[in-house]
Amino acid sequence: MNKLKNIVRHLLFYLTFAFIVLSELSCSNSTSNKIQINFWTMGAEAEHVQKLTKQFEKLNPNIVVKVQAIPWTAAHEKLITAYASETTPDIVQMGNTWIPEFVALNSLDSLDSFVDQSKVVHSKNYFPGIWRTNIIHNKLYGIPWYVDTRVLFYRSDILKRVGYPDPPKNWNELYDVSKKIKKLYGSEQKYSLFIPTNEWAPFIIFGMQAGADLLKDDNSLGDFSEDKFQIAFNYLMKFYKEKFAPVDMTEVSNVYQAFASGFFAMYITGPWNVAEFKNRLPKSLQNDWMTAPLPAYDNQKYPGLSLAGGSSLSMFKSCKHKEEAWKLIEFLSEKSNQVEFYHLSTDLPSVIDAWQDSTLKNDKYLKAFYEQLQNVIPTPKVPEWEQIVSAKVQQYAEYGAREKVSPTAALKMLDHDVDKILEKRRWILNKERKSN
Amino acid sequence: MIDSNKFKISAAYFFLAPAMITIFIFFLLPVIAALLMSFTDFDIYSLGNLSFAQFVGFRNYIDIFNDPLFWTSLKNTLYFVIVGGPLSIAVSLAAALLINSKLVRFKSFFRLVYFIPVVTTLVAVSVLWRFIYHPRFGILNYFLGFIGIHRIDWLGNPKWAMPAIILMAIWKNFGYNMIIFIAGLQNIPEDLYEAASLEGASAWNQFKNITLPMLAPTTLFVGIITMIGYFQLFAEPYIMTQGGPLNSTLSIVLYMYQEGFRWWNMGYSAALAFILFFIILVVSLIQLKFQKESYI
Repeated sequence: MNKLKNIVRHLLFYLTFAFIVLSELSCSNSTSNKIQINFWTMGAEAEHVQKLTKQFEKLNPNIVVKVQAIPWTAAHEKLITAYASETTPDIVQMGNTWIPEFVALNSLDSLDSFVDQSKVVHSKNYFPGIWRTNIIHNKLYGIPWYVDTRVLFYRSDILKRVGYPDPPKNWNELYDVSKKIKKLYGSEQKYSLFIPTNEWAPFIIFGMQAGADLLKDDNSLGDFSEDKFQIAFNYLMKFYKEKFAPVDMTEVSNVYQAFASGFFAMYITGPWNVAEFKNRLPKSLQNDWMTAPLPAYDNQKYPGLSLAGGSSLSMFKSCKHKEEAWKLIEFLSEKSNQVEFYHLSTDLPSVIDAWQDSTLKNDKYLKAFYEQLQNVIPTPKVPEWEQIVSAKVQQYAEYGAREKVSPTAALKMLDHDVDKILEKRRWILNKERKSN
Repeated sequence: MIDSNKFKISAAYFFLAPAMITIFIFFLLPVIAALLMSFTDFDIYSLGNLSFAQFVGFRNYIDIFNDPLFWTSLKNTLYFVIVGGPLSIAVSLAAALLINSKLVRFKSFFRLVYFIPVVTTLVAVSVLWRFIYHPRFGILNYFLGFIGIHRIDWLGNPKWAMPAIILMAIWKNFGYNMIIFIAGLQNIPEDLYEAASLEGASAWNQFKNITLPMLAPTTLFVGIITMIGYFQLFAEPYIMTQGGPLNSTLSIVLYMYQEGFRWWNMGYSAALAFILFFIILVVSLIQLKFQKESYI
């Protein structure tokens, strides 16, 4: 019995001790008087932005910014789980196409009142297409942080050899130059244009260029089998069918090697590849590749439309220190910090004035992006968009490219699946209509 | 007497309680919640506003049976279980027989070598195997080239992707079953073999008439465990192929994961989980019954 008492006494002692230590620790945290802003960013941005947030902390000694890095591949799951478990950060870097989803969750705060009073952030400082991606139901939910769009990367030496000193300006020229490149190589296993079937962007871009709405009836039904999208889809399928584009993705396990060896001569991709191509292509090739805005459909004005992409900074409703969080957003939107962030990360600045900086202005590869960014539009703003494109558009693009089904049948199936995905949205829209 | 029995029972409950409570909270409760959820259309909208969720009865289950992707994933999973399962057991048994053989030296060394893949992180293994399978620079195609087999695009060709995953899964998992088989082999009395060899039975006859029947309970256990494990194919395609090409490696669990955690269609995903549960249950029962009839 005595032994037991002894044990209990010991236990109690340690427990009390632990309790005191723990409460001491938590007290010292709360008494430090500093406001902590939790900021989640993805991928390499997290590493780079910490250099800027350090400066921000120096300017605002009462604020501590805690930057949390989350990998791009898991970012979407992480954010939703964080919302479900009520552990969302104060500020988050949000991919443009995700904003509708988090607005539907009622988790983001609208930023209009902050912008109205701001001396730094103004809609006119940004590319209009990019700014629009952040507006849902006439309210603003994000401030563009860096921008992203797709342009044409091409091997100027190969294009010159087939009689194209300038890049293709419209769909006919793109088809024609592809045909000539293929002819140049004859039976050799080389291609003209790389359109990976696991990237939905080219399919959506060409569809939007042809004037397709993609979704219809208040974005509650798929509209992929109508004429305009069909024209674009068939146009791209021709590239696979006539072997201008490789169907098998794994053939191109290393894009840079393949581009350098002339395995393909053109590739529609984004700004991150400018730095990659500069670093990874051999020196001898550095004068033989260029970027150009996208070709336009039919007789439309050059350059053709492209996607309004990139990341914005958004504030969660759960944010406790909104003033301070907004200060950080403003800080990151200042022209000088936008330029510095470009130097750190090579992410393209969202603030137009920042493009006047000499390093951006003198980079010949970035000119195409600047031109392209004048003509970008957002994709349909529905929470299901990510699922529609990365699960379904890619799936049926692959079906079409591998000729598992005809293009027309592929698009019919695509519409069927998209309608299924949007079923809940139709139900909710109906419910809202009735209650109004 | 009665009192002390009662005391014993309540004492047993007392000591079992921590485990039981934990199991109830972290296992049984979520299972019940998931079952209920499988009858709702809980999704991303419902997460923001619970009034956007509704009971839909068996609609998720009906939708699943009309979903071509579900049938594709079921077909792929069955392919993996039916081809990969028996192959894996055969390889484990062969390895166990080799290690248990009297002729082999350095037994514990080989046991360790064969067991290492089991304890290696699957992610690291998958990344490594992606290099091995590389169509142009992979070591596997390099060796196949010596015997005149033309380059195979292992993970990029819909026909070869699943065999490639099976091959890797067997290599990764056979060590575990091998250990169990070794234990089973060591339980077979040596005098059975002595008697058989006195009668002049060949090695093959000894294997067929002594080893296999005596291993029956072990085989049953290994068979069920392997089958259940193989039905839950997930990490290999998740890391190596993401279900592609042309959904040829999309397994049920991977599909469930995509629906649930990527697109947040929780109701649908929960229904998929219960369908998988019933498939495994039925197959286990069949296996159990089949084995009982043939050996007892």
